[in-house]
Amino acid sequence: MKRTEPFEFYQPASLQEASRLLKENGPGGRFLAGGTDLVIAMKEKGLVPKYIVDLKRISGLSGIREQSDGSITIGALTTMREIETSPLITKKYSFLSQSAAEVGSIQIRNRATVGGNMANATPSADGAPALIVLNATAKIVGANGDRTVPLEEFFRGPGQTVMTSDEILIELTIPKTGPRLVGEYIKFSPREMMDLAYVGVAVAYNLGASDKKCEGVRIVLGAVAPTPLRAKRAEAALEGQTLTETLAEKVGQIAAEEAKPISDVRSSADYRRAMVGAMTKRALLNAAAGPAKSWVERRERRY
Amino acid sequence: MKMNIQFSLNGKSISRDVPTHRLLLDLLRDEIGVTGTKEGCGTGDCGACTVFLNGKPVNSCLVLSGELDGAEIVTIEGLKIGPELHPIQKTFLQDGGAQCGYCTPGMLMMSKALLDENPNPSEEEIRFALAGNLCRCTGYAKIVQAVQDAAALLRNR
Repeated sequence: MKRTEPFEFYQPASLQEASRLLKENGPGGRFLAGGTDLVIAMKEKGLVPKYIVDLKRISGLSGIREQSDGSITIGALTTMREIETSPLITKKYSFLSQSAAEVGSIQIRNRATVGGNMANATPSADGAPALIVLNATAKIVGANGDRTVPLEEFFRGPGQTVMTSDEILIELTIPKTGPRLVGEYIKFSPREMMDLAYVGVAVAYNLGASDKKCEGVRIVLGAVAPTPLRAKRAEAALEGQTLTETLAEKVGQIAAEEAKPISDVRSSADYRRAMVGAMTKRALLNAAAGPAKSWVERRERRY
Repeated sequence: MKMNIQFSLNGKSISRDVPTHRLLLDLLRDEIGVTGTKEGCGTGDCGACTVFLNGKPVNSCLVLSGELDGAEIVTIEGLKIGPELHPIQKTFLQDGGAQCGYCTPGMLMMSKALLDENPNPSEEEIRFALAGNLCRCTGYAKIVQAVQDAAALLRNR
């Protein structure tokens, strides 16, 4: 494998300093978090950054915290492995820890950060659909101040986000959810691990205790459009209804119609579309059935 | 661009001027001469280059030297306990958990990471933990067996 070219390397101690480095040094710089996308792009795809700004010496950018208002904040430098194994996330949103566990290997997840997973904006990023169904927001800091955007509006296309070059994603926030929220993330790929999603489907809804009606339905598709995609017509078809297998099938078909997949080396667009239907149906039914207890069970119940 | 970094390697302190873009894998093998860690794919898929960085297994082919100031690194050379092989090394030997042996250092490091967290893993848990370690001789059955036997050895110690 090719080696990386030399580059200027900065390790700022504060966000202001990081942002200033980008402004002063101009185009061609890259922020470094876990490096599992950046270093691979440099080795495999010949990316040559003029300079690299390592964010890991800035304190306060990692960790998962429950706030007094019931929201959960996840620092951008929190690793995917931390999200996978966090007792708080596993208890409240097991499908979010599962989505983190779908990324690469344990070695990769010990380095890969949730901020990098978002900022790289790969359409197949496993972390995005689960965070978007949870209404997560992204806090961004730049030379011109802070702003917060819904994660749903953060992505602009493959590798493109709403951030300008001097801006840094510093935190994701999951607003407080109701006690009856259920959810599921299914990554569909022929290999059980170490593969990119052909299709990713995250769903979440509040499941009525006695009437079993679904409310606040959110369905987000990954890897089947230039950005993670909310299937709004599918959501509307389930809203206020009682989930049955027949209805789940119908909602899946609507989601399949809403998907905008492409054909590539992994899969044809038609196949991806069909799998969106099947996986959305399964995800809706699995969410109602409760969290999977092991990755074997999680794997088995994709089908 | 070079910078001075200080880090610990298998318990020994090292201070060195290194090019910031040098990969940890190359720093270990080519500059320090510790060659137990292997390069397979170079892109984080195969796990042959697995080392512990600050207590956690990572792919050393994706870590830049510039990131290493203050780091604690343990490689396969640091797995032995004094002069004795680590129980995981013993059971890989005993069970034939290696064919050509190229993936073995990474397999051993990852197996240690698993057993540190989970002293009694099921076969599925072992396969989950070793998903990022590829063996092209495809001798996975004996590798899984070796991890199970190592777990038993460690539990009975």
